[in-house]
Amino acid sequence: MKVRNINSVTLEFLKSDLTSINEVPFFDEGISAGFPSPADDFQELKISFDKEVFGTSPSTIFCTRVSGSSMEGAGISNNDIIAVDRLLDPEDGDIAVCLIHDEFTLKRLKVDKDCIWLMPENDNYKPIQITDNESFQIWGIVINTLKFHRKRK
Amino acid sequence: MYALIDCNNFYASCERVFRPSLRNKPIVVLSNNDGCVVARSNESKALGVKMGVPIFQINDIVKQHSIVVCSSNYTLYGDLSNRVMTLIKQFSPDVEVYSIDEAFLKFQNHKYANLDEIGLEMHRIVKKGVGIPISIGFAPTKALAKVANKIAKKFPERTKNYYIIDNEEKRIKALKWTKIEDVWGIGRQFSKRLQSIGVINAYQFTQLSDSYVRKYYTVVGLRLKKDLEGEPTINFEDIKPKQNIATTRSFDVMMKTQDELRERVSTFASLAGVKLRSQNSNCELIQVFIYTNRFRQDLPQYSGYKTVKLPFPTSSTFELNKYAQMALNSIYKDGYSYKKAGVILMGISQDETQQLSMFEYENPKHKVLMNVLDKLNIKMGEKVKFGGQDLKRKWKMKQDSLSPCYSTNLKDIITINC
Repeated sequence: MKVRNINSVTLEFLKSDLTSINEVPFFDEGISAGFPSPADDFQELKISFDKEVFGTSPSTIFCTRVSGSSMEGAGISNNDIIAVDRLLDPEDGDIAVCLIHDEFTLKRLKVDKDCIWLMPENDNYKPIQITDNESFQIWGIVINTLKFHRKRK
Repeated sequence: MYALIDCNNFYASCERVFRPSLRNKPIVVLSNNDGCVVARSNESKALGVKMGVPIFQINDIVKQHSIVVCSSNYTLYGDLSNRVMTLIKQFSPDVEVYSIDEAFLKFQNHKYANLDEIGLEMHRIVKKGVGIPISIGFAPTKALAKVANKIAKKFPERTKNYYIIDNEEKRIKALKWTKIEDVWGIGRQFSKRLQSIGVINAYQFTQLSDSYVRKYYTVVGLRLKKDLEGEPTINFEDIKPKQNIATTRSFDVMMKTQDELRERVSTFASLAGVKLRSQNSNCELIQVFIYTNRFRQDLPQYSGYKTVKLPFPTSSTFELNKYAQMALNSIYKDGYSYKKAGVILMGISQDETQQLSMFEYENPKHKVLMNVLDKLNIKMGEKVKFGGQDLKRKWKMKQDSLSPCYSTNLKDIITINC
């Protein structure tokens, strides 16, 4: 397993310790041009990105960085950051962080009658069949992907 | 009913969460500045590595058995500890976080709770959700919950990581199994004295008469005895503010001048002052000590300490620092290479019980100023410092084998290949 230090990324990430919640106002009925609606003064709906990414109990959620291209079909690219919930029970079709012989890998789970397949989302990669002899464990289930399209200073 | 939740080999377990290849391998975690062993995995314990041993003394064993050596990473341990504590708080509203890896829970209506289910579920969600294995002891008192926890930890397969003491037969059996020196709150001195009169296990201790225990082991010993008998005497409320506050450090390089030590002592006094104020206390005594490196027998050795009685109880960093510097002046000797220094605050009293002095008293502005300063530093992150502290120099600990802050720093998160 590699632990990479990407010094060029200096932006501060939404921390899993949600002592402060960042909320963004949400205009339920759209924003009209021209005179502002008096209702805007009373808008109470807010979106919390922290809550959206980490849910309301972030204790079991960890962020990890992705390296590689085998999950591009699922919208997960090299260098993306994914939020992984360790407590969720895996279901067929989940994207999971798996441990095979103490190495981490990220794949979509396909549960067959008598075996598990780790499915890539890129034709250049082959599915991996997990046999009984394999040392295998599901480390966590991916609940979100974060993409940084521009490096912040 | 109480439950004691204890994380198994906590520091070593934290190191394994993001490095699964460390499973089943011997691990030791070192103290600040990589001095000595402060935590061991079961595998290291089995190899005979003792707690507190300086790392250089076990270099051969480390090499021979490929023991993984880690510098202590309190950022990582603190975050994982918070996660564990948050998860277990789901099970009861009454939680006392006792230390970084231990917590007591109180179950008011335990008769309606299925403790077997709670034990299994608590272990499951902490192990699966955070990756830390825990042991759980249930019992009618805190001291017995500690005993139950030890049984759960010792026999994980038989107990499924939890053990319940809920009847007399189990209580007596558990106490007979518990060595006197392993009883919560029995210090080395107490256990030696008890062993000398033939008290080898916890059950024998409970067989002593109340008056005897009261006489030789004070009211604290008597309360412990009652607690072990199943009568709750040690409550959640009994956690008292600390009676001594110490800030001590080994230096990464040896210090030869008084100026360097002055800066360190000033910083330590300042840090100790923050701790003192955080528990709304004042102190009347301040002790400063300095040591040379006792492992460098090729160099001249010296250690000095001085305790100063303050003219009035205070928590002001201005006062603490003034007297700490006086103490340092009186013990500093030229010509030595110093490796460690510390500031200890003693004679601690609470704000509300403060004794006022007849002739000398604290400048009342200090209290207000310190309050503002502490709030600023909490909010801004240690921005305001005192003149005696070196503002530019950053003191670094020796941390040769520090693991990344996997769960709190974006730069340190693990990379998953795909």
